[in-house]
Amino acid sequence: MDFFSKLIGLDRRWVFLVLGAVVVIVLLLEFPTPIRINPEVKSVYDFVEGLEPGSYVHLALDYDPGTLAEMHPMTYAIMEQLLARKIKIIMTSLSPNGPGMAEEAMLNIMDSARILHGREVVYGQDIVFLGYKPYPGIVILSMGQNYRISFPNDYYNTPVDSIPMMQGVINFDNVEGVILITGTSGVDFWIAYANGRYNVRLAVGLTGVMAADYYPYLKSGQIFGLMGGMLGAAEYEKLVNKLGPASEAMRVQVWTHVAIIVFILIGNISYFVSRRKGGLGK
Amino acid sequence: MKREIPLMIVFVTGIFMAVQFFVPHSTSEFVYEFVMDWTIIIGIFALALGIWSFVRVATNKIKRKTANWQFSIVALIGLFGMIIFGSGFLGGLESYMFRHFFNFVIIPLHATMFSLLAFFIASAAFRAFRAHSALATVLLLSALILMLRFNPYLGPVGEYIGDAASWILNVPNLAAKRAIIIGIGLGMVATALKVILGIERTYMGSD
Amino acid sequence: MNWDTFLWTTLGVGLTLSTFSFLYRDNPFYRFSESLYVGVSAGYFSMILWYNGLVPTLIDRLWVGQPWWQIWGGKWWYVIPGILGLMMWFRFSKKKSWISRYPIAFYLGIATGAAIPLEMQNRVNRQMYDTIRSVFETINSGQSVFSGINDLIIFVGVLCGLFYFFFSLAHKGPIGGVAKVGIYFLMVGFGASFGYTVMGRISLFIQRVQYVRDWFDMGFGGSGGAAAIVWIIILLMVLLVLLEIIRQVTKKPTQQTT
Repeated sequence: MDFFSKLIGLDRRWVFLVLGAVVVIVLLLEFPTPIRINPEVKSVYDFVEGLEPGSYVHLALDYDPGTLAEMHPMTYAIMEQLLARKIKIIMTSLSPNGPGMAEEAMLNIMDSARILHGREVVYGQDIVFLGYKPYPGIVILSMGQNYRISFPNDYYNTPVDSIPMMQGVINFDNVEGVILITGTSGVDFWIAYANGRYNVRLAVGLTGVMAADYYPYLKSGQIFGLMGGMLGAAEYEKLVNKLGPASEAMRVQVWTHVAIIVFILIGNISYFVSRRKGGLGK
Repeated sequence: MKREIPLMIVFVTGIFMAVQFFVPHSTSEFVYEFVMDWTIIIGIFALALGIWSFVRVATNKIKRKTANWQFSIVALIGLFGMIIFGSGFLGGLESYMFRHFFNFVIIPLHATMFSLLAFFIASAAFRAFRAHSALATVLLLSALILMLRFNPYLGPVGEYIGDAASWILNVPNLAAKRAIIIGIGLGMVATALKVILGIERTYMGSD
Repeated sequence: MNWDTFLWTTLGVGLTLSTFSFLYRDNPFYRFSESLYVGVSAGYFSMILWYNGLVPTLIDRLWVGQPWWQIWGGKWWYVIPGILGLMMWFRFSKKKSWISRYPIAFYLGIATGAAIPLEMQNRVNRQMYDTIRSVFETINSGQSVFSGINDLIIFVGVLCGLFYFFFSLAHKGPIGGVAKVGIYFLMVGFGASFGYTVMGRISLFIQRVQYVRDWFDMGFGGSGGAAAIVWIIILLMVLLVLLEIIRQVTKKPTQQTT
């Protein structure tokens, strides 16, 4: 068997090892990676910057730990910006394993606002977490009528009617927009039901796997912003001037992509050489 | 009656929901809210079925001592452990053990399971991503441009690649995905109509 | 240093590394972490369903402070969806599974009825409207077609893509030509998705390595005891690797590797 045929049949664990080594080595090195801001991410940032203090935004954190890496940086960057501008946040998490992470993010942001900026963010006055309910389609339709249909209590089982910031807040008509951060197909329900039926303004933060599929909705105006994967998170971190885990990870992304492109090239060269020689790889 | 009444229920509720979209009258809205409320409650019971099914499968594996049955014990210990930690006696969702098990067991395990896919995609790219036809070449080129779009070490070529990637996402990719979305939409409407009209009855199971 | 956080993080790192061991081969460490994940996730979900789902939507509505047997004291009509929900549980009964058809029919009717106008409007009408509107806007504005070339390309791409998916007509002749253009557009779209997917998947692995790195920093940045725990785990891993190398070297040539 010649060299190229052996290469085609290479044990995949060597590929795993090279990939793992690239990630670990690049992560240990520190060098900046310039990030180019795309208009679809900037439009989300501009939306938040344009809000009046005291207005309401619905932040839907519909993701679970499997997509934590891409979604959490977006969540932190957006929540910090919203709280810095004194926007009131109504949070929900319609993903089964999501409520714990959404609550953790909320508590961490509240702590960092107090420690870093000296600003006391009060639960129930500045932010409220309604929690989880199953079947996002039905829950979104019911929130569009009245939050209290699906969320009579918040995540901590406090009646929503007794929460100060929810006084007078009935449904999506009372929020300036919905910022959805999700790695699930629930985004289709938000677009069709929240924006389609109730005309609420909607921006989405999606995983890299899904992001390319939602450009048609951006063009048609059904969503006004789209943050795609870790790149979108890094772009947003740059916009809010707070470089975090996504920005750090982008330098690793650059080199792992180069590694994978090299794998693809080696695979194709081996394939064509072997095919020409009439060996394996046809 | 075991089949006719459910078919009637699907028909009536389906037509009501489809028509209600166009009827802004307060009575229609009232019934709509009522129905949403009930549906959420029914749905919660349905999800509990999944958990019962998992317990049943795990206990069957243990009873029959199938391959790796010991790990089913681990799964059941995890299930009942979390239920105990989250029970009202220990503080519910805010209890120390419940929160820590979520943060330091579920999150690492869930995130790591999904991160394995990074390796498999690299392996798949090496072994299967071949430019063996014009179509495959087009796919490969499009993927390569997207993968290089945020590489800052390509100099002035990098700017052109970034612009090309942006164009690909906003024009041909958009067109392709839009065609898929329209196709899915038509398919969903057709399937929904089949269910409401009773043509599609697989949800009823067998007698 | 917060010992509580460090020890729990050590558990998380241990489970992370056990799961990664699958990349070498299937082994008991991986099976243990996989089984634990399934069980603990199911338990977590059960509690979320109870406290966030059933309690506020049903329990707190039926009982508003009165004794548990006095259902009529609260919003008693919620008993009906409760009973419908319980009827779902007959799904697994061989003789009485027909009882579960009623609540399933109710739920299915609601979901499909809601979907028809909304999916038609949002997936079909809005998308088709935007496709055609953009082209006519360019034409009506009096600008040259080339200034709206992208909208024209999108129009052509959507049309050709839809033709590709229309399998009732044979893809021959002019129809075949149009479908072929469509599939080229689809290949560009799939390539774009692949490019994005690679980034998405790699992100997850990077975050795991960051997690392990932060644990190292916690251990070595803390007291001697914490550093000792980190070293013990490193040595355990080295030992396992050595044992595997010995196993590979000493195994008989006829044995297959996994």
